[in-house]
Amino acid sequence: MEPGGQPRSFQLPSAIEDVPGAENWRSMYPYFTRFQPGDDNRFWFYNSMHFPEPMPAFDAITAEIPYTAIGANTTRVFVLPTTLGIEHRIVNGRVYITAIPVTDPEEIGRRAAIFNERAGYYYQNWDRLYEGWKARIAGLISEVEAVTVPPLDEFEDPRVVTESTGVAQNHYVRENFHRCLDLFSKMWHHHTEFLMLGYGAYVVFFEFCKNAFPDISEQTVARMVAGIDVIMYRPDDELKRLARLAVESGLADEFPEGCDPDAVLARLAERGEVGREWLAAFDAARHPWFHVSTGDGFYHHHLSWNENLAVPFAALTRYVRQVAAGETLERPTSKLVAERDRIAAEYRALLATEEDRGAFDQMLGVCRLVFPYVEDHKFYCEHWFTTRFFQKIRAFGELLTSRGVLEEAEDVFHLQHYEIDQALADVMLAWASGGEPLGAAHLRPIIAERKRALEALRSWSPPPALGPVPEALNDPAVQMLWGITQDTIESWYSQASSDNEKEVRGYAASSGIVEGTARVLRDVNEIGQIRDGEILVCPVTAPSWGPVFGKIKAAVSDIGGTMSHAAIVAREYGMPAVVGTGQATRRIRTGHRVRVDGDRGVVTILD
Amino acid sequence: MISPHLTRPLISLRSDDRPSVGGKAAGLGELAAAGLPVPAGFAITTGAFRHALQALDPDGAIPRQVGGLPADDDGAIADVSAQVRSRIVGTPLPARLRDEIADAYRALPHQPGPGGPDRPGGPDRPGGPDRPDRPDRPTGDVPVAVRSSATAEDSGSASFAGLQDTYLWVTGADALAEHVRLCWASLYSVESVTYRRHQGVPEDGLAMGVVVQVMVDPRCAGVLFTRSPVTGDTSVIVVEASWGLGSAVVSGVVTPDTYVVSRVTGEIVKRDVATKLCHHQRNPSAPGVCLRDVPPALRDVPCLEDGEILALADLGRRVSDHYATPQDVEWAIHGGSGPQIVLLQSRPETVWSSRAASPVAAPTARAFDHVLHRLSAPGRTAAP
Repeated sequence: MEPGGQPRSFQLPSAIEDVPGAENWRSMYPYFTRFQPGDDNRFWFYNSMHFPEPMPAFDAITAEIPYTAIGANTTRVFVLPTTLGIEHRIVNGRVYITAIPVTDPEEIGRRAAIFNERAGYYYQNWDRLYEGWKARIAGLISEVEAVTVPPLDEFEDPRVVTESTGVAQNHYVRENFHRCLDLFSKMWHHHTEFLMLGYGAYVVFFEFCKNAFPDISEQTVARMVAGIDVIMYRPDDELKRLARLAVESGLADEFPEGCDPDAVLARLAERGEVGREWLAAFDAARHPWFHVSTGDGFYHHHLSWNENLAVPFAALTRYVRQVAAGETLERPTSKLVAERDRIAAEYRALLATEEDRGAFDQMLGVCRLVFPYVEDHKFYCEHWFTTRFFQKIRAFGELLTSRGVLEEAEDVFHLQHYEIDQALADVMLAWASGGEPLGAAHLRPIIAERKRALEALRSWSPPPALGPVPEALNDPAVQMLWGITQDTIESWYSQASSDNEKEVRGYAASSGIVEGTARVLRDVNEIGQIRDGEILVCPVTAPSWGPVFGKIKAAVSDIGGTMSHAAIVAREYGMPAVVGTGQATRRIRTGHRVRVDGDRGVVTILD
Repeated sequence: MISPHLTRPLISLRSDDRPSVGGKAAGLGELAAAGLPVPAGFAITTGAFRHALQALDPDGAIPRQVGGLPADDDGAIADVSAQVRSRIVGTPLPARLRDEIADAYRALPHQPGPGGPDRPGGPDRPGGPDRPDRPDRPTGDVPVAVRSSATAEDSGSASFAGLQDTYLWVTGADALAEHVRLCWASLYSVESVTYRRHQGVPEDGLAMGVVVQVMVDPRCAGVLFTRSPVTGDTSVIVVEASWGLGSAVVSGVVTPDTYVVSRVTGEIVKRDVATKLCHHQRNPSAPGVCLRDVPPALRDVPCLEDGEILALADLGRRVSDHYATPQDVEWAIHGGSGPQIVLLQSRPETVWSSRAASPVAAPTARAFDHVLHRLSAPGRTAAP
């Protein structure tokens, strides 16, 4: 409470006005995503970590499905004692979330009994279950890759008759579309299967280290936990391998800075045996490693490297130059492992009691047990699977386009998946009847309107939080997955209510202080704009942003904690980083002179 | 009885010489012998003190008189201690002692540099290795610091460490002899006598050593704690630093910069650059030290570079490793183009070390029980 007795509050959801020019945004999302009057009494935060842009209508499925999966996992499967699931709301195209806590001690106890049994089973059988997980997720990826879109030729395939299958292909339009959604849902259930148990191990170890060593930096704790041989590094490692091969094969001159990937590939095809060998290696690397998304797998337009070769080529050409200049690009993994183990051993030795050392060993052991899942699931789920999923939806968009319903395949993403069902039914009926689908006249104006609205929504800067300031944030999911603590909320609140427009505060994620010119990038497709020595300011980074860290001298993000991608990579590059600011991209403009203080977690606008 | 040594070089001393030279001198000798950078100097032994006291007070009247004072008679303590102090200050040193101190003084080098094998910040500094230590050996008297060196923690002077028994920029053998007597007299300060009377410390055999060291004219100075004084964290080294002499930091007249360094990773975890309004400097017009305003342009400037912070942390690590216990260490950086760090004193940390270590957590039956317990606990806030 403020001294005056007024409850402290962020802006209330009901007080948010429609963005001019986007008054129709509600039509893009299902009714169950709307803020309700009672929601004014609850604390919400903007999930800019996963949803840094306004949601196109179809892409809202990347909120709907994950929250059905993670909520089922925490509420019903593992029965977490202190939290149920996550609710989400969309306003002006932005996704806000909140967790439903369990506060009644009796209820916590009842749930804890079930939770201990179930979570215990997973920890006790972790490696075996994780092996099973990998097999199952590989199966789901194969399944989604195998989904076909019926061509709806004029006459049915004769085998329908000769093998008397009994079912015409228009049936499979809906079935296969639903198969995509169903597989996406199953993938998300797998994604969340180990999630809370994995992050829970991290949180326990972090808290222990903070208690035993109050001045330890979160980066250092993260370094003790971190795996070195992580699958998310693989795509970048493949580029380095290809760069070395190019230099060794005398092909370095084919990779000038800013080259056009298609032109390079075409020229290499004419460079004889060495050119063909390089292209063969390149093709081998593309599956699966170039299925890595240029985003985090939450937007259809976050294309994979395979779909936007300019992104890997930006890094590849730099690596070729570095190899040609005699630089070693390999990460010195055995050295990194030795250093990680030295740090852990020295902190262990500094602990005051033998009991502490016993607990430390146990907690670190659990972290290292869960680490492969925590680090690697993203590649399988958000990248490889999701890249393939969006490609399939796009293929259904092509069907709708070829049947005259849509103007272009990409327009399919401006329809809710429920609306796509209707459009496909329209096409199925028309193919069956021999008539014409009616969708063009109905859907095209809606899509045009939504495209305009989405553009208008981009200009809105969503507040980091809505509703009353919570007295205590105790939801483990929110803390673990979003890195949001009471401190975060206090810093948002003090920023929302303070006049200091020159300071943006977040987590001190990587130490050091530098000044420089800011470059605000809203998504990874803009990374071509970055200039050497600039300071990156972005909503959130993902592995596909990797190439940018070779150029910048500091990184600032809206969302993320100590284990976020930007934090990890910044530490590896030894550059200052402030993450989880909530609003850096809103407050800082490209061209601003800024000082990034990675020790205190403060970004100061100097202009 | 005359001790065989009236003065001894610091480098020859070790911790177990404490009874004969006092804790400060023994500690500095221990540091110097461990290869740590300590300004060159010598100790005047407790034997020298007894020798002088014997000459001054052959019948033992002073210990009898002081020892007979009631602990709560403030007036009598003030009167008697003032008389004793003025006798000590006013009586010239015995000739043999005076000559030996003067000889040791004249043998001092004119540079404070430790001359130890691993001077910090040496080779990498501009002009480091090739820079001659004594380009033009001055012929005049070398300024020294004269500091009392008590033989026991309970002598009382430990509680009043700092300015009162430390004299800086003392120049010339005569001035040195005078300041040695001032140091000795501090044994009879009102505070020290009151303390001894309250604790019932006997006056017989009371003695004090004195440290004489080549004066350091520091650009900045401060204290480094090999265990955080704020949090008790043993994994960090905390460096407090301000402009000029370290006395400004020790006496608390200035809020120093604070740097926290991980002793494991060498990472500078925290930097608090304070607004440093004043500093202690050599008084240009009189012997000793004066308090001056820091020029405005320097007030908010960090007084250490990263390399210096790390070099200090490294020294802190070596000191605490040497003693195998956390230490509070006074240090100074002097010199311009080839700055050097010197250590001026190291004391065992007492506040946190005196507390019983209670475990943060204990092992559980199964390792993952830690996680189960945490996820079952309501109302906690997490770190990451």
